[in-house]
Amino acid sequence: MNKWWEKMQAYLEPRFQLSAIRDFAQKKKVPEHKHSFWYFFGGICLFLFVIQILTGVLLLLYYTPSVDAAHESVQFIMSQVKFGWLIRSVHSWTANILVGVLFIHMFSAFFLKAYRPPRELTWITGFLLLVLFLAFGFSGYLLPWNELSFFATRVGTDIAGVIPLVGKAIKTFILGGPEVSGATLTRFFWLHVAVLPAFALLIMGIHIILVQSLGMSKPIGIGETKEIFFFPDFILKDSVGWLLILAVVGAVCVFLPWEAGPKADPFASTPLGIKPEWYFTFMFTTLKLVPAHIFTIEGEVLAVLGFMLGGLLLMLVPFLDRRAAHEKRSPVFSAIGLAVVLYIIIMTALTYLAPNIGK
Amino acid sequence: MNRRTFVNLFLGGSFLGTVVSFLYPVIRYLIPPRQAEAVAKRIIAAKVGELAPNSAKLFRFGSSAAVLINTSDGELRAFSATCTHLTCTVRYEGDTETLFCPCHNGRFDLAGNVISGPPPRPLEAYEVEVSGGDIFVSRKA
Amino acid sequence: MPLKLPLREAKRRSNLVLLSFVFLSMPLSLSAQKNSCVECHLQLENSLRAPAEGFAADVHKQFGLGCPDCHGGNPAQDDVELAKDRSFKGSPERSKIPEFCGTCHSNSEYMRRFNPNLRVDQLALYWTSRHGQLLKKGDTNGAVCTDCHGVHGIQPANFPKSQVFPWNIPQTCGRCHSSADTMKAYGIPVQQVDDYKQSVHAQALFEKKDLSAPVCNDCHGNHGAAPPEVTSIAFVCRQCHPSAGDLFSKSPHKEAFDALGISECEACHSNHRISSPSDDLLPGGKQDVCIQCHDAGTEPHQTGLKIKQQIDGFVASSEAAKALLAGAERKGVEVSEAQFKLQDATTALVLARNLTHGLSLPEIEADLRDGSKILAEVKSRGEAALREAKFRRSGLVIATIFILLLAVALFLKIRDLKSSPKHRG
Repeated sequence: MNKWWEKMQAYLEPRFQLSAIRDFAQKKKVPEHKHSFWYFFGGICLFLFVIQILTGVLLLLYYTPSVDAAHESVQFIMSQVKFGWLIRSVHSWTANILVGVLFIHMFSAFFLKAYRPPRELTWITGFLLLVLFLAFGFSGYLLPWNELSFFATRVGTDIAGVIPLVGKAIKTFILGGPEVSGATLTRFFWLHVAVLPAFALLIMGIHIILVQSLGMSKPIGIGETKEIFFFPDFILKDSVGWLLILAVVGAVCVFLPWEAGPKADPFASTPLGIKPEWYFTFMFTTLKLVPAHIFTIEGEVLAVLGFMLGGLLLMLVPFLDRRAAHEKRSPVFSAIGLAVVLYIIIMTALTYLAPNIGK
Repeated sequence: MNRRTFVNLFLGGSFLGTVVSFLYPVIRYLIPPRQAEAVAKRIIAAKVGELAPNSAKLFRFGSSAAVLINTSDGELRAFSATCTHLTCTVRYEGDTETLFCPCHNGRFDLAGNVISGPPPRPLEAYEVEVSGGDIFVSRKA
Repeated sequence: MPLKLPLREAKRRSNLVLLSFVFLSMPLSLSAQKNSCVECHLQLENSLRAPAEGFAADVHKQFGLGCPDCHGGNPAQDDVELAKDRSFKGSPERSKIPEFCGTCHSNSEYMRRFNPNLRVDQLALYWTSRHGQLLKKGDTNGAVCTDCHGVHGIQPANFPKSQVFPWNIPQTCGRCHSSADTMKAYGIPVQQVDDYKQSVHAQALFEKKDLSAPVCNDCHGNHGAAPPEVTSIAFVCRQCHPSAGDLFSKSPHKEAFDALGISECEACHSNHRISSPSDDLLPGGKQDVCIQCHDAGTEPHQTGLKIKQQIDGFVASSEAAKALLAGAERKGVEVSEAQFKLQDATTALVLARNLTHGLSLPEIEADLRDGSKILAEVKSRGEAALREAKFRRSGLVIATIFILLLAVALFLKIRDLKSSPKHRG
């Protein structure tokens, strides 16, 4: 047994340079302090992404991306294929949990000011990943071609359409035509299984390499120098978290399998109470609440531009927060971040607690 | 057995168990299901030549029954087979060349229209297409 | 009757200004054919103005007919005296209205020019109706054409706002037939329309907007309106319910009913207030209709009881199967295949209920047996679905146990690593 193992290692060593990797893994350490709990969320995101890849690949086996068959094939997966209900439910539920965890991961990095030099690019790649995953969610939502997703996509792309000058062109490009149609389904499918994964893997690769080479950021003013080994201590702790999430996903999928819903009918009138996936609702409700006109500019346009500007500022925060860059506390940015978090929570809550608001 | 070995064995064993409990559904998922394909909006209702002239065949279309008719002129037509009166399943009657619902003697012509009896509405007509050796039926857009 | 007409005065004065005003304000009426009837009557009030107003939407106008086609006279004349020339007929007396309309409507050669499909026997039918017979006797209270169709502003019967469009008919008939004062003289009850409105037919018409549902005239006739005779009621119902009728005719009831002179359908289903048929009409039900003739305990009543028991049993197991599927669906298992199958069981039940008209217990039993086979299959599918739900839960428990064991093992391993001197950070 041991001989066999040694032989194998001897063969692989010169070919893979395993010792370099092993040395790196053995040396890598993670700071441990009162905030180090938040370090685990990055690993959880990665783990959930792996689940998404695996279940997504499995779903591809039976899914058909056409108007005639998309909904039928999803129903087929849910009813005829053994454990199809499980695979699809895991994919749908994990998608939602993943976006939630991504938000937590991002805001924890924000409040711990982990974007300080030299980790600006880690932050920017992380932000891009968030955008990519929102696009994953948006495009994946349409694929079952059910009533809810059809109209949510219509509403969602209408929002893109209000951007001045280029809005119409962007909307047509996204939809593959003037309306949500079979062309949109094909496009979203293409995005969801080819384009987005390629970019996600690329950017995630950069993000992870940066994290590995730069190490974890320590929050400002933490004097503690205690560190633990990344491998195996940290990774084992992280995997306990993964397992717990896995157990939760399993339970949710068994008790609340993701529904296929009624098939989309493009000619039907929009059903009442249409709303996007929860992670878009804060924007959705803002658009409902914004007054029709603000200083002669259309309120909706202003809100959309506002969100775009907000996103841009969030991405560029490492360059804006000069105090943090000099390892000084920057309460202003913490306060702004807190306000943003509160805003998102309140708007999201309003969507569900007061669905008729702003009508 | 010391504590170290026990922990390692325990870890390995439970890891193996977890992996198996995950692999089992995946493998079952990959095994082709009994019904090989999803029922689409467009389905193969019959093979060409399967129906003699002036005969019909009932088939499942989505969640309801449908009927494919080969008229005495050799023309193919398809309708929902759910009677518009009380949702009984209609059948083709060769000697009158009509669709007939046995529950209350509702009768429909081969355009789906009500000829007699209590049905309030015509039967929904479907599109029929012959392609290759198959007869496809689809909902009208 | 000296009428002061502004238009005439204007013309008399030959005032250029006024002429141009007329020219500007009524360019259409000047270019169209002149109609002094409408011009004058629009200046009048109330009942003299109404014909001119109402005629705008009249079906006769749509076919190019005008005032003189019914009333005679010369609309080209401005002077009222000249317009009402020798051909002028004025408005007919009430008792003359049927003949008045019939002049054209009974003339197939004339009617063919406008609508070759329209029947021309209305007047002949009318004289056979109760309404026509009353009129013949000189009773002008009986309905005439205009009472149902309106006067000016007559709409074709297939126009939804017409008084004789299906869902307006109960109200149209009810105008007289629901009035106790009007009906007192004839000894006719007045609750028919109210009864009808509670019937299954009215429900189909008013709630489902199903135009094929019968209204008053579908059973009583329209132009030849009269109550159907006892012997003919069954034929009236058979127009839409032939299978129940056929079954009944083959049953022993047919002979017995004929001998006793009882109307067939009505005996159990009543007339205007025909409610949705229920199993409660069978022996042992709350509205047992059989007991009218067959005392409880007699052999026919016993057979009826058996029929009811069979149907009730089937309904119960069908409900149970439905509940089973609903339960499985709530637990997240797909059961559309079984629900599809259940439709066949519903077909069997509907058929069995109809078969009660034939009174043949063996036939009903045979049909329900077929249905029960389907139900058994649905039930086994439902049970399989429930087993599937159970399997999912137990699978979850097993997987969760492994996950938790792994988590515990990891925890132990971490502790183990911490205590090993090699790994002290």
